[in-house]
Amino acid sequence: MSLSLIVVQLLNGVQLGLMLFLMASGLTLVLGMMSFINLAHGSFYMIGAFIASSLLAWTGNFMLSLLVAVAGAGIVGLLLEIGMLRKVYQQSHLQHVLITFGLILVFNELARLIWGPFPVPLPVPALLAGSVEILPGITYPTFRLAILLVGLAVAAALYVVITHTRSGMWVRAGASDRAMAGAIGVNIELMFSLLFGMGSALAGLAGVMAGPILTVQVGIGEPILILSLVVTVIGGIGSIRGAFLAALLVGVIDTFGRILFPPAIGSMMIFLLMAVILACRPQGLFPARA
Amino acid sequence: MRLSTCIRRFQAAGSAALLAALALIATGNGSRAQDRELKIGIIGPFSGTAAGAAQQVLDGLLLGVDAADGKVGGLKTTVIREDDQLKPDVGLQAANKLIERDKVDVIVGPHYSHVMNAAYRTMVDSKIIVLSAVAGPSLIAGKQCSPYFFATSFQNDEAFEVLGLYLNEKGYKRAYLMAPNYPAGKDNMTGFKRTFKGGIAGEVYTGLSQLDFAAEIAQIKSANPDVVTIFYPSTFGINFHKQYGQSGLLKELPLYSAFSLEEIALPAIGDVAVGTYQAATWNFDNPGEVNKKFVADFTKKYNYRPTFISAYAYDAAQLLHAALLEVKGNLADKPALIAAIEKASFTSVRDKFKFNTNHFPIQDYILLEVVKTDEGKLIQVTRGTMQRDYSNVYVNDCKMPKP
Repeated sequence: MSLSLIVVQLLNGVQLGLMLFLMASGLTLVLGMMSFINLAHGSFYMIGAFIASSLLAWTGNFMLSLLVAVAGAGIVGLLLEIGMLRKVYQQSHLQHVLITFGLILVFNELARLIWGPFPVPLPVPALLAGSVEILPGITYPTFRLAILLVGLAVAAALYVVITHTRSGMWVRAGASDRAMAGAIGVNIELMFSLLFGMGSALAGLAGVMAGPILTVQVGIGEPILILSLVVTVIGGIGSIRGAFLAALLVGVIDTFGRILFPPAIGSMMIFLLMAVILACRPQGLFPARA
Repeated sequence: MRLSTCIRRFQAAGSAALLAALALIATGNGSRAQDRELKIGIIGPFSGTAAGAAQQVLDGLLLGVDAADGKVGGLKTTVIREDDQLKPDVGLQAANKLIERDKVDVIVGPHYSHVMNAAYRTMVDSKIIVLSAVAGPSLIAGKQCSPYFFATSFQNDEAFEVLGLYLNEKGYKRAYLMAPNYPAGKDNMTGFKRTFKGGIAGEVYTGLSQLDFAAEIAQIKSANPDVVTIFYPSTFGINFHKQYGQSGLLKELPLYSAFSLEEIALPAIGDVAVGTYQAATWNFDNPGEVNKKFVADFTKKYNYRPTFISAYAYDAAQLLHAALLEVKGNLADKPALIAAIEKASFTSVRDKFKFNTNHFPIQDYILLEVVKTDEGKLIQVTRGTMQRDYSNVYVNDCKMPKP
């Protein structure tokens, strides 16, 4: 493989990884803080993409559609948490799985009723169409570079908030030991609602960014959910840093696995990685709990 | 009263009700012959990423039933749909349910070849007439052919054999192939390699859960092909064309495919699809009267223009209608019905239509190109006929048993 090909594939892997990070960050904090398995997380990805598609058809402004879609996904998440999910935290993980799996089916059907079973258009904005020459002789689609930059910006922002602000400190405290954090006066319930909403908004953002390169239709949340769960498990539950590094690892390994190995093995690579990590270090790479 | 007594009474009442309901269902389904009703089951991926395709086939079939005034072959017709979730085991379960519980006479589908392969034996062994409006696996066209199976679509290899012959004529020397890793994907590329005389620069099969082909597309340029041939149905096709267009490769490497682009998907793909080619056996601009009526009725009823699988499903309904009329609605005499279906005495939306001995169609293959109309709409126009009366190689492997 030539150098230019390796560079391009590395970029592809990192871009996939950052997309997964957007999904996994919400998932890991929710799982870490409230021990709540949310399988419907993929549905926010789908909702964000659909809202953006409709808004874009209506206004023609990509940036506006993106902001509204992200806010929309966040609001749906927040309402879902306040209205239904916060009542089921104390139940078993199996109950969480059953309830949120049911939510997946409900969201998919609702989306099918509202937007129909066929894919809807979400085109790349004209400004970001085409390719750029990142190194002499190596071109890369501009929009994918944009995804990379957005992902990095979000990661940086999350890092700053989590490690250098007071609220970030509360989140880390809650993820590490919820009971203690509650005991010293952190308003766990409010924090969790906001966290859930933010996680859903990030998932919606991932959906809007992925929409122009993949299709936007019913059921797109599930494949990415599976990958996000793998990332969460590998990175360590409750840890943003773990999610970030695991996402990059999964993205790069999946990309190179697919092109270096025959199809059956290539698509298995990340699951092999997850199995190895679970066997040797079951708490994940950077667990929040000591 | 005590709670445990209360619960026990509810349980007893519940079991009694359940038994009564089961008895009702059992007796209700017994009388098939007297009612002279036709039950058509349709199995497709109604949930998940291929839902659009399943909907298109259903719409085509229902329009065909409408065209017979709801009475295919003069029999009151009910269409029962089952979801196979694109999974072979679920498809098999769906077939079992349609056969055992709903007692259907005909099954349309499953649409994807790997699900069809799984359900095939059960369906034909139960002597159910199977009309495939999409899938055309090579085994069913050849060694495992059955008199109960009819395809109104195509055999998977054919379109790509035709493309191979066409690309030979155009003088291409190095082809890069991509398809999903499942029976239809493999069949298609095998067909292409059978006829294409040039070299194969690369042959890549991607997983069925994979929707982002950026990594694979990046590999294409380094393999130095002069043409790219792919097979990616429904959602996969939309994603691939989008990403291929975005990579900028379309300017230097023409893209040929079959059954990977439908008009309804073109708005989702966008302008990057302009200039790509498709092999097909039907297009909306086919000049025949039956087709013109079909396209007009379909667009009026469903608000979108039909795709090729809707056309095949419509043909399946028309085929059944003509055959049943000929046997005067006698569903019990299967050999006579099969003989009537083999005659294919109906006018297809493709005008010419006849069955080969392995119950797969002999038809013309045309070349389509995606263009942008003056109004800015993206459509596929027919550019010419590539092969006339084309059939598949597996017909010689089929020793068709008696029904």
